[in-house]
Amino acid sequence: MTKSKIVSYSINLAAALAVYLVFHFLFSSRIVSRTLIDLFTLCCVFATAAVSLNLSTGLLGELNLGHAGFMSVGAYTAALITLAAGRSGNVGILLLSLLAGGLTATLSALVIGIPVLRLRGDYLAITTLAFGEIVKVLMRSMKITGGGQPLTGIALDTTYTIGYWVLIITLIAIYTLIRSRHGRAIISIREDDIAAEACGVSVTKYKLFAFAFSAFFAGIAGGLYAHYAGVLEPSFFDYNQSVNFMVMVVFGGIGSLTGSVLSAFFLTLLPEFLRGIDAYRTLIYSVILILLMHYRPSGLLGQRELSQRGIARIFRRERLDAQPISGVGGGRAIERENIPASGSAERKADSALRDRTGASSGTPEEPLERRMKGRR
Amino acid sequence: MTAAYSIYFFITLLKIPFIPATLLAMLLSMALGMLIERLAYRRLRAASRLSALITAIAVSLFLQTGYATLFSPDPRAFPVTAASFPVFHLGEVSLSSWTLITIAVAIAVMILLQLFVTRHKAGKAMLVVSEDVKGAYLMGIKVNSIISMTFAIGSALAAIAAALFIVSYPQITPYMGAMPGIKAFIAAVLGGIGLIPGAMLGGFLLGLIETMTRAYIPSSLSQLSEGVVFIVLILVLLLKPAGLLGKSEREKV
Repeated sequence: MTKSKIVSYSINLAAALAVYLVFHFLFSSRIVSRTLIDLFTLCCVFATAAVSLNLSTGLLGELNLGHAGFMSVGAYTAALITLAAGRSGNVGILLLSLLAGGLTATLSALVIGIPVLRLRGDYLAITTLAFGEIVKVLMRSMKITGGGQPLTGIALDTTYTIGYWVLIITLIAIYTLIRSRHGRAIISIREDDIAAEACGVSVTKYKLFAFAFSAFFAGIAGGLYAHYAGVLEPSFFDYNQSVNFMVMVVFGGIGSLTGSVLSAFFLTLLPEFLRGIDAYRTLIYSVILILLMHYRPSGLLGQRELSQRGIARIFRRERLDAQPISGVGGGRAIERENIPASGSAERKADSALRDRTGASSGTPEEPLERRMKGRR
Repeated sequence: MTAAYSIYFFITLLKIPFIPATLLAMLLSMALGMLIERLAYRRLRAASRLSALITAIAVSLFLQTGYATLFSPDPRAFPVTAASFPVFHLGEVSLSSWTLITIAVAIAVMILLQLFVTRHKAGKAMLVVSEDVKGAYLMGIKVNSIISMTFAIGSALAAIAAALFIVSYPQITPYMGAMPGIKAFIAAVLGGIGLIPGAMLGGFLLGLIETMTRAYIPSSLSQLSEGVVFIVLILVLLLKPAGLLGKSEREKV
């Protein structure tokens, strides 16, 4: 691990801790109402689910319409474990049950993935949808999951602390995954599976891997939800819920993890504050989706991330832009011409290349400038 | 779903008899299908598969929730039911003539469609477009109008299916189309994608499988019959991905 990486990781962790402390202060000082704290927790749960869906939809590039099914598997497993353990308020047991929920979801992803991941596109999407329906039916018919009745009496153990840190851990895990060689293999499948195969990437293996990885965190999100709601109903985890998560992913930016977090928070909070539009929510969502696909198919953030590097870049760019451009003819302006300014053709070509190659935040800016200088 | 609503409104509000109402609904569906293709899909033809899929989902959500907000999500009873058709008795078996009509219409549609696709110039052009859009364009096929026509035909046939469906199950809701749509897809996969007789065979088989499981599975597991079609889908994909009538082709790069 290089030094700059260590620095950037510790900055990000410190930022996460700072955000947590701010919320912790707000929530413990009774300034904020109980409902808002619960909402924050729910946002964290949904953000975890959306981020994990982004791995299979945004980074692997396959539409997964059964994400709520994986969540359902995880939710029921975790709930049954804590119900059997019978002690509420025990964080250790909760974390264990979350882990078990994640693992069963992974297992179900492997079972379903081996036959299904040979398919592509529409076929895969419909089959994952079928998986979600099968899970729903199974949960309704098995005695242990309540047999058609909702599963009740689950301890309300998901606090905002647990929700927040699970979300952070999920982000770290998926972020480090996509930065590793395995992550690059997964992204190469999204870009061109035939070329990836030709380069020696085992497409089926990596598809299954990404699918299982994404299901693991979906299962954990499900476990969190179970201990947030206290009641589980199979119909909660239906097709519409999967589409909900997909809207979060698409809205935030297909392939942008922080984008998913932001849009999950936004889309969970919005209906709470605008009660009146709740009836029209799905209608508005569908229109937003169609418009997004037409005018900004990669989502609002695209593949960019909200990171300390990105923020630093924005500041740097502002400084560049703040310099008077009117000074054409002066020595400085000639010097500046070498650096592609934002909006110039070169920068555009570079960002288009970046969009296509799937390399996300931060990295291209500095090397590009260095490259440009080195050439002269 | 939209066709079912049009038929319903033609019959209840305009007092048009069932068959002309269905024909009108077919025309309306055709127009709607072409409109949707023009507005939502045409611009995305060059876009990624993911965008097209997401748009398809969004359009179906839009239609469903749009109808739910316009006409309320409550189910409505359809006035024409299978009971209003005469019933035949063959010994112990009683058979509604509506069942026979349904089967006859389905077979007729299949034969017509098969003839259209294999014999008619436009139908052949459709196959060419599905094979290779650029190649079709170079051969002088008007790709846009062919795709538009495909949407029109598909929508009109969906209207026929809706007419057959709502008489057998006389209830209309905005979300009635979702499950049959998915099952139609499964039937197509079961028979072999792209094969019209295969889709027909798949549809019949799927219906039989579902009814049989519903009849013979112990009532405590009755919920399972809903999941059976999906298990069928996964089994088909595992054992014979090309479908029952399909020839497995090796994928070429």
